[in-house]
Amino acid sequence: MTVESPAATVAAGPAAATGEVMLEARDIVKELGRGAGRVRALKGVNLELHAGELTLLMGPSGSGKTTLLSILGCILTPSEGTLWVAKQPTAGLRPEELARLRRRHIGFIFQSYNLFETLTAEQNVRVALDVRGERGSEARVRAQRALQQVGLRHKLKAFPRNMSGGEQQRVAVARAIVGAPSVILADEPTAALDSENGLAVMQLLSEIAADRSRAVLAVTHDPRTVPFANRVLRIEDGLIVGEERRAEGVETVHELARNRKRKANA
Amino acid sequence: MTFTIALRNLFHDRVRLAVTLVGILFSIVLVAVQLGLYLGARTMIIAMIERADADLWIMAYGTKNFEEAQPINVRARYAALATPGVERATPLITSFTDWRKPTGGSTLVVVIGTDAGEGGLSPWNIVAGDNSALGARDAVFVDKTYLPELAVNGVGDVAQVGAARVRVTGLTDGIRSFTVSPYVFTTLNRARTLLDIPADELTYVLVKLAPGADAMAVRAAIRDKVSDSEVLTAAEFRDRSLNHWLFATGAGVALIGGALLGLVVGTVIVAQTLYSSTKDHLNEFATLRALGSSSGYIHKVILTQAGLSAVLGYVLGMAIALVVVYLSEGTALPIVMSPELAAVLLALTVAMCGVSAVSAIGKVMRIDPAMVFNR
Repeated sequence: MTVESPAATVAAGPAAATGEVMLEARDIVKELGRGAGRVRALKGVNLELHAGELTLLMGPSGSGKTTLLSILGCILTPSEGTLWVAKQPTAGLRPEELARLRRRHIGFIFQSYNLFETLTAEQNVRVALDVRGERGSEARVRAQRALQQVGLRHKLKAFPRNMSGGEQQRVAVARAIVGAPSVILADEPTAALDSENGLAVMQLLSEIAADRSRAVLAVTHDPRTVPFANRVLRIEDGLIVGEERRAEGVETVHELARNRKRKANA
Repeated sequence: MTFTIALRNLFHDRVRLAVTLVGILFSIVLVAVQLGLYLGARTMIIAMIERADADLWIMAYGTKNFEEAQPINVRARYAALATPGVERATPLITSFTDWRKPTGGSTLVVVIGTDAGEGGLSPWNIVAGDNSALGARDAVFVDKTYLPELAVNGVGDVAQVGAARVRVTGLTDGIRSFTVSPYVFTTLNRARTLLDIPADELTYVLVKLAPGADAMAVRAAIRDKVSDSEVLTAAEFRDRSLNHWLFATGAGVALIGGALLGLVVGTVIVAQTLYSSTKDHLNEFATLRALGSSSGYIHKVILTQAGLSAVLGYVLGMAIALVVVYLSEGTALPIVMSPELAAVLLALTVAMCGVSAVSAIGKVMRIDPAMVFNR
């Protein structure tokens, strides 16, 4: 029996979200470790990612950002709770079925790019299509278009070692978007980049999110990324403690965080 | 892309590739030499039985192989001839004896005496003289490979076998003996003289069945008549000879053991290098998993890498093995390389590399795809 996503019937979120819900997590709990070393990394996370939105997930180290990202990307399975990706429930899926869901609906961007050193930029992008069984000249054309979209049409045959960090991350972005996934998950996409390249990558992500056919979630520590976001989620100690819309401004996010801390102390 | 990824992974580290190829090459050459020696030995052991135009062999009880046979009474031949279903029963005499070299000294030879006109067993691969030359006075045929050992130069040279004089009237090429004692072909009667075997004795009776005759029924009928001798089909005699020389003496076990050792060493080297290569590219495999690749896709990358190693190693290994085979041609125990053996070696190499890939696949399957977030 499939569990219907609540968002499929009920609009959720503190502010009006216009796009379709592409990913939804309900009461996600994740316990890591065994025995005495067992810790609860996530304590009941609820969130939705909407098409056409770039959402930032911010929080201190150890707050559960990466664990949550792994669960949203169907790489880890939650100890409790339910996850829907493109309206498909993930509960009870076997690893190979989760892998199928990932290759159809999720694109990843990693902090360290995770490109294949031995492959050219175009081949790196084509890998994402190849794992989906899409090969041949059509795949090649799609890879080239994706690279064109990120401004690297002239670097098709370049190897990662001959590209700057910003260029490598843009190749990673092209790889994430080439399969037209429903959700793009980015792990600290600007952490390894200088200011200029970091902003360029965030600009790209916001443009990709504006496509309205997909949702983008970026885990980040970097306050420079906030102006590009439609929404900022704040996670602390395994719980989403704040959700702010971009219209409220960057400062609001920080103020709310400070206010929340003050309340907690009181 | 799996092929491209595998190829690039393979050539990414040239030193490791060289180690892998040397491992496979070493393994292939070792296995080729051992199995080639085995095949060469096998060919030599069964050559006389295979070349003889006989369906059944009558011999002394307990005869273990062609060369080491005891005499039987000539009545066995007449008994065979009197059996329905027998078309021909050719007598053959064989035994070890001394070849006295013209230059002094002697060497052990195996004299084979049979009359060419009666069918049975005649020398083949004749490169000098012809079968009729065997009818000449004192005539013997020897293999040209053994000329130096026999201390003769070729046709026309004389030597002494036992107390009698012999003259080389024909040469064969490639009829070598597993016992290392050269074969000396001659007529039945001359063999009796050279080996001092009385007229009422012979070593084998080579029975040719009439068309349509039931070999088992004829054998049973002959057995009833010659209860003091053994009657084997050609296949049984061949298997008995092989079993004796290759397994009872341990020679074949040593050769097969050497081949297995080569396979084990090759497998370990390839497995180690493939595992180490996979470990170096673990993050790429984790990335593939995160991108949603199936297990089969990753298996394909690793197995392709193993397959490419196998093909490259096989080509290099076979090139060296063929040189070794060529160099062994003039020796007492030549290495045989047949198309079947080449195909078996390719299959063994691919299997060896496939098995080697298991540990690497196991390593990749155990990785946590979440490691892509931890770099």
